[in-house]
Amino acid sequence: MSQDIDIEGDLVTRVEGHGEIVVNATDGQLEACEWHVVESPRFFESMVVDRDWDEIHHIVSRICGICSVTHTMTGLKAVEDAMGVELSEQDLKLRKLALAGETLQSHVLHLGYLALPDLVGEKSVVPMANTHEEEVRTVIRLHKLGNELIETVAGRSTHAQRTIPGGFSRLPREAELRDLRASLEGSWNDVETVVDLVLSLADELPDFTRETEFISLTDPDEYALYEGVPYSSDTGELDLADYREIVNEHVVEQSTAKFTKHDRDSYMVGALARFNNNYEQLGPMATAVADRFGLKPVCHNPYLNNVAQLVETAHLIERSIELIDSILESGLEAQSDYHKPDVDVTAGQGVGAIEAPRGILFHEYTLDETGTALEGNCVIPTNQNHANIQLDMERLVPTIIEQPEGEIEHTLEMLVRAYDPCISCSTHYLDVEFVDTPPER
Amino acid sequence: MTSKPKVAFFDFAGCEGDQLEVINLEERLLDLVEVVEVVSFREAMSEHSDDYEIAFVEGSITTPHDVERLEEVRSNADTVIAIGSCAAFGGINSIRNEQDFETVKERTYGEDAAMFDDPDAELFDSFEHAQPAKAFVEVEYEVPGCPIDGEEFIQTVTAILQGGDPSLANHPVCVDCKLAENTCAFDRGEICLGPITRGGGCDATCVSQGTRCWGCRGLVDNPAEDAYSEVLQEYGVTTDELLNEFTLYWSWQREHGPQADMQEVEQ
Ligand code: SF4
Ligand code: SF4
Repeated sequence: MSQDIDIEGDLVTRVEGHGEIVVNATDGQLEACEWHVVESPRFFESMVVDRDWDEIHHIVSRICGICSVTHTMTGLKAVEDAMGVELSEQDLKLRKLALAGETLQSHVLHLGYLALPDLVGEKSVVPMANTHEEEVRTVIRLHKLGNELIETVAGRSTHAQRTIPGGFSRLPREAELRDLRASLEGSWNDVETVVDLVLSLADELPDFTRETEFISLTDPDEYALYEGVPYSSDTGELDLADYREIVNEHVVEQSTAKFTKHDRDSYMVGALARFNNNYEQLGPMATAVADRFGLKPVCHNPYLNNVAQLVETAHLIERSIELIDSILESGLEAQSDYHKPDVDVTAGQGVGAIEAPRGILFHEYTLDETGTALEGNCVIPTNQNHANIQLDMERLVPTIIEQPEGEIEHTLEMLVRAYDPCISCSTHYLDVEFVDTPPER
Repeated sequence: MTSKPKVAFFDFAGCEGDQLEVINLEERLLDLVEVVEVVSFREAMSEHSDDYEIAFVEGSITTPHDVERLEEVRSNADTVIAIGSCAAFGGINSIRNEQDFETVKERTYGEDAAMFDDPDAELFDSFEHAQPAKAFVEVEYEVPGCPIDGEEFIQTVTAILQGGDPSLANHPVCVDCKLAENTCAFDRGEICLGPITRGGGCDATCVSQGTRCWGCRGLVDNPAEDAYSEVLQEYGVTTDELLNEFTLYWSWQREHGPQADMQEVEQ
């Protein structure tokens, strides 16, 4: 039954950015099993050098269109950290709200447009519009809700403008927040529809586990997304200032790739990592969704990242309603339409971390006394998940090696899509090759 | 053109924000697939076909491999449309065009920058400059913006389907600002590229949202440079400040002009 397999690096579709899977076997003997990232280098860490403190967030938002709010705000947090700028309570809540919108938008996009077609056996969401019209329209409505959240708070859904160092250039109106609240309340039926659909297809998710370490932010007061400190499921709370030691970017001997590792050879970031680390802080609706799937921490099946995203989708809606209520309760404090926060420009070095939809994101900037960037460093979720995807593949492939080649490829593509590596944000270029090193069995 | 033309999307070095804006058309996307057949859209579908009439390209061209792919796209398509500033004129990626490339590589990769010199590591084979699609192949139309405006995208597609000419507006962002009744950014003490940036597609959104125009839609054709100099003099803007602004999106365009033609393939 031993077969020759030659899966030769076609671009994985329905992920953001360019990635390739290479698996070769002769006569059932595995020769190569590699996960490649083939995105062109973009050099953002150089592009921010010599730019002003109030341009950095604008530039780095272009690292990724899908999580541009997160990149913008992580850049802002790092600059604000470098200059000791404090945000008002109101601005903090508004930033959390915009971030919730982006994560909602991104999760629904990922689940509905990228992962669902796999589960229903279609190649994209387009033919699903005929076979599952109601579901597709539901996914579209939820996706739009996330975008409306961002637009209302930050002014534009992709590369938003209003979030600037020290706060916001412009604020939403109370009436807009009330409308938004109504749309959020009105979305529970849609969430239910998607939960039902994914639940009916949950058997299609491969039953594969490999124990790993999970890293995310954690916060004593809430399910950490905007605020909090880094946390490892292996070693507990970590110090943000030491983020380089958390991610530990290093070169693997037989490869030109930069890997990250912390306590083990790899770790995972993203929705499943957050779910595992901060489960207790999820809202009641989110916990109910998890219960319906029987999802409990600690879950080591990477394919269930998609389910964790669904759980978070419910949490984000709950949390956004809470945030809006709390803003409206204290009354929205007005500011001018062209507001410019008072910022004392100083030299300094600052680090910021935020949970991007796909996992913890770090930015660091060093600024001179005029606020001009001397140095920048960004460590994005994909870099951190990279080694974990590779090790998952090495464990998974031998268990499915007797399956037809197309099946193997499909299962691996689904694995990659479960992580949804945001490869276009690969500010560091990665190229993995395990030449002449047969993977462990 | 057949009754339901086939269209394909291709992305090069970019953030995929323009493709996202297409997805963000939400239910109107369902209307779009009523009138065109999408045969390739890697971000959203697994199918791929080389049989298409209209190709949308996103992102700038930064490697020899990009050029090969782009040339293939060009030879397959009747019409090539650059979407987003990266594809139209280099965009934000071209900030590095003004920087020394050795330094650029070192700042990003440290000692691993040596990989760029390894002839076997062909994926690291990066051009010194980020360039737009039109630097290598003929491009019929552009939808500029960072990101593109969904409305303008729809207008462009509609015009093409109806056999019209979706040429770009040729007035500065200032005009849109006046329509939006914005307070001029210069009056607020900011430096704004609105007077020489191509308007007509973004409704001066950045100024309306409380910031300034950063120039993301590129230089307007025949910008009224004299008028701009007057504005700059009036508000006491220095050359250094201005150059800094120009290098955000325009590092390629400044050298080649707003309507640059195809150039010799340079590496
Ligand atoms: S033009 Fe802007 S939105 Fe489009 S790919 Fe480039 S950076 Fe992204
Ligand atoms: S105002 Fe300027 S920077 Fe903003 S979208 Fe329009 S052209 Fe681009």
